[in-house]
Amino acid sequence: MADTPKATEAAKIDHYRPLFEQGWMNKKAEINPGIYCYGAKPKNTNAVGMPFPKDWNPTDEDWQLPENWKSIFKEGLKDRLDKFRSLKLFMDICVRCGACADKCHFFIGSGDPKNMPVMRAELLRSIYRKEHTTGGKLLGKFGGGRELTEDALKEMWYYFYQCSECRRCSLFCPYGIDTAEVTILGRELTNLVGLNIDWIAGPVANCNRTGNHLGIQPHAFVDMIDFFVDEIEDVTGVRVEPDFNRKGAEILFLTPSGDVFADPGTYTAMGYLMLFHYLKDLGLDITWSTYASEGGNFGFFTSHEMAKRLNAKMYHEAKRLGVKYIIGGECGHMWRVLNQYMDTWNGPPDFLEVPKSPITGTVFENAKTTKMIHLVEFTADLIKHNKLKLDPSRNDNLKVTFHDSCNTARGMGFLEEPRYVLNSVCNNFYEMPPETIREQTFCCGSGSGLNAGEDMELRMRGGLPRANAVKYVHEKYGVNMLACICAIDRAVFPTLMDYWVPGMDVTGLHEMVANALILDGEKERTTDLRGEPLPGMEEEEDV
Amino acid sequence: MNFVLSLVFSSLAVLVVVLIPWIGVGALGLKTLFGVVIPYAALATFIVGIIVRVLDWGRSPVPYRIPTTAGQQWSFPWIKSNPIDNPKGKGGVVVRMLFEVLTFRSLFRNTRLEYSKVDGVPRINYEWEKWLWLAAILFHYSFLVIFLRHFRFFMEPVPGFVFLLESLDGFMQMGAAPFNGFGLPGVYLTDMLLMAAVTWLLLRRILYSQIRYLSLPADYFPLMLILSLGFSGMLMRYLFRVDITKVKELVIGIFKFSPVVPDGIGVIFYIHFFILCVLIAYFPFSKLMHLAGIFLSPTRNMSNNNRFVRHVNPWNYPVKFHTYAEYEDEFRDAMIEAGLPVDKGADDTAEEGEKE
Repeated sequence: MADTPKATEAAKIDHYRPLFEQGWMNKKAEINPGIYCYGAKPKNTNAVGMPFPKDWNPTDEDWQLPENWKSIFKEGLKDRLDKFRSLKLFMDICVRCGACADKCHFFIGSGDPKNMPVMRAELLRSIYRKEHTTGGKLLGKFGGGRELTEDALKEMWYYFYQCSECRRCSLFCPYGIDTAEVTILGRELTNLVGLNIDWIAGPVANCNRTGNHLGIQPHAFVDMIDFFVDEIEDVTGVRVEPDFNRKGAEILFLTPSGDVFADPGTYTAMGYLMLFHYLKDLGLDITWSTYASEGGNFGFFTSHEMAKRLNAKMYHEAKRLGVKYIIGGECGHMWRVLNQYMDTWNGPPDFLEVPKSPITGTVFENAKTTKMIHLVEFTADLIKHNKLKLDPSRNDNLKVTFHDSCNTARGMGFLEEPRYVLNSVCNNFYEMPPETIREQTFCCGSGSGLNAGEDMELRMRGGLPRANAVKYVHEKYGVNMLACICAIDRAVFPTLMDYWVPGMDVTGLHEMVANALILDGEKERTTDLRGEPLPGMEEEEDV
Repeated sequence: MNFVLSLVFSSLAVLVVVLIPWIGVGALGLKTLFGVVIPYAALATFIVGIIVRVLDWGRSPVPYRIPTTAGQQWSFPWIKSNPIDNPKGKGGVVVRMLFEVLTFRSLFRNTRLEYSKVDGVPRINYEWEKWLWLAAILFHYSFLVIFLRHFRFFMEPVPGFVFLLESLDGFMQMGAAPFNGFGLPGVYLTDMLLMAAVTWLLLRRILYSQIRYLSLPADYFPLMLILSLGFSGMLMRYLFRVDITKVKELVIGIFKFSPVVPDGIGVIFYIHFFILCVLIAYFPFSKLMHLAGIFLSPTRNMSNNNRFVRHVNPWNYPVKFHTYAEYEDEFRDAMIEAGLPVDKGADDTAEEGEKE
């Protein structure tokens, strides 16, 4: 694994180009360690039937491409142009105005010109022009066309796996060109010729078979939750009783499995458990699934088809259990998929009912066809109706800021609900600068399957704009807690913060809800879920 | 292709575009070719080309509803949604599109990255940057006004709005300084703005290193072509006057499909006219198609209503996924041991073969 440069080294970023240099088409891409992810292992690609499985290393000269890779790629491109108006349009209408150039967190953090969104798309666009446009065919390079060579393919692969599909560029594009769309389809093309990365292929294979991305088997999954139950009892004196795969439950709960496996997401999972326990007496009838124990969808980072395959498990499980609707946990890309793709792929879920809160009676008209609501929506509605007894002062030792996940922000518009919940459970909330939040939010730098270990430098660089905004509120207001509603965020922010803004902690929204939530019959709480003393309890902790 | 080569290539191309009518009409006298045949061909290419391209886009379906949401979604009555940046229905989309097309709203969001280091610690700022938006909006609207003003040459009698535009556009009563009052016509504001805006759009491609890096000949060429179109037009208006009556005769003849080629029109007109022909003939094959493309852009022209209005993908196909039954078959024993409910008991599976 490559050494990650020190933060002060990584901060030496040059965004400018020399006056005279070769045109970008003439320059071969260098595959740099710390930036790329390892190639997919055959056992993972085989497990889900992805083409051309092989052991390969991106730094090898020979990528063991199939003999007819060029025609596979070209056919694949043509096929996608015929199927996706978005792609065809985005290939044709870019004027290269450069408005997107400095909007990409990977460009800001690396200065690599091919990380400018327009350039990422141009890598494919140049091939498109050569194959499909008059100018490119007639004039070649002068018409912006580029031959599909092995070097060109490697370059596309390298840069399509340096895009986290966050869509920030699409916000600023005067024509709404969405690089995420180009990356998604570009990755499909690399997959067709057998170029996958293992950090995506592995979780895909695992989610497919065991339901969650780490490949945890059902009994072990239950063990993990049982562990949380014990922890909650230690802190609150209340024993919560979740159940799994229960037929006839009213609601199925699906959350990214990261919440179950990795700190600090685990505290968020405890938060879910405590909330559900609290609501049980008020009429909540909810069950977890071990089969569909992954709310997130790594398939979405591979291909539409793979995403659909993994997503299909949700409605399949909902139908089998006979629930009325589904609640989804805190996650980013998961919610883009659920909002913009799920019903189109695997709907309509006629066997489900329009979600209606059993506690407040609120009917979620905005989820009328997908029949799946966001837990934060559900909680916001509860708080609005005064159904939760909350003591926000328990979070008084925290000064909190909120990170909008790219996909809930720009693929859904889920901006106010989490803020409403956050403001209800804590007293010290500070926003980061407006250019870095809400629809303009910056990616954590590790989204879309790039949160591997071997591309740590890329992740730290990509996370720089977000970290810098956190640093701003950290220094200005003493903010010490970064709240988010995404499992990938929770998994990657601790490392990112240590790198750029030491002294910041990371939390999910429902961890804070649970800390503020006053359970019936609870003992006097002295610590939060992490075992750290609550405000005013520091003394007792010492005794 | 570096920027020098791109610039040289584009300039040469524009030079050739200027030389062709200069020689063609000035030296060879091919007035019918340049006054009638080429304009018809160019106009046909323009119209047919755009239609073909748009139909071609339209032939590809929109499998997914993928708007870029730039504001709060519609959810609870007590949460204020943003119906324009995150439209829930057609009305919002129409308003959003109007803003995009008429005011270049997304481009107006533009900021400029200001990266600095203080004691080795990065500091990132996002600075005010509306110059690109300003240049773009001035360019497009000036072009529109100039185009409309040209109706003076297309129509007899001249429509009323042309006089209105002309008086508004010339309100500054500027002379072609410093020759004011020497019989030269007043200067139109839009002429100046167009030239200034296009010049800036060209210069920024050379001066800003990021934009220089990503620019292609296809970016320089249309800008230079438009510059030369404007320059030749202004030359004609302010220096080398041509007989407007005859020009009008020719142009109206074209639109009435009874072309006439009057004598005595200066070659500068044919140069101006030919540049225009090249521009419109080039249009459907180039990035200039963004004019039509913006209307079809799925991240802008769709509602964020997937959760309450079903979107159908015409080529949706069934996929094979890992079913619960397959899952349970693999993990049944462990599930039973962990106290998880199972669909088929451990005993059932033994008999399964016989049952089916």
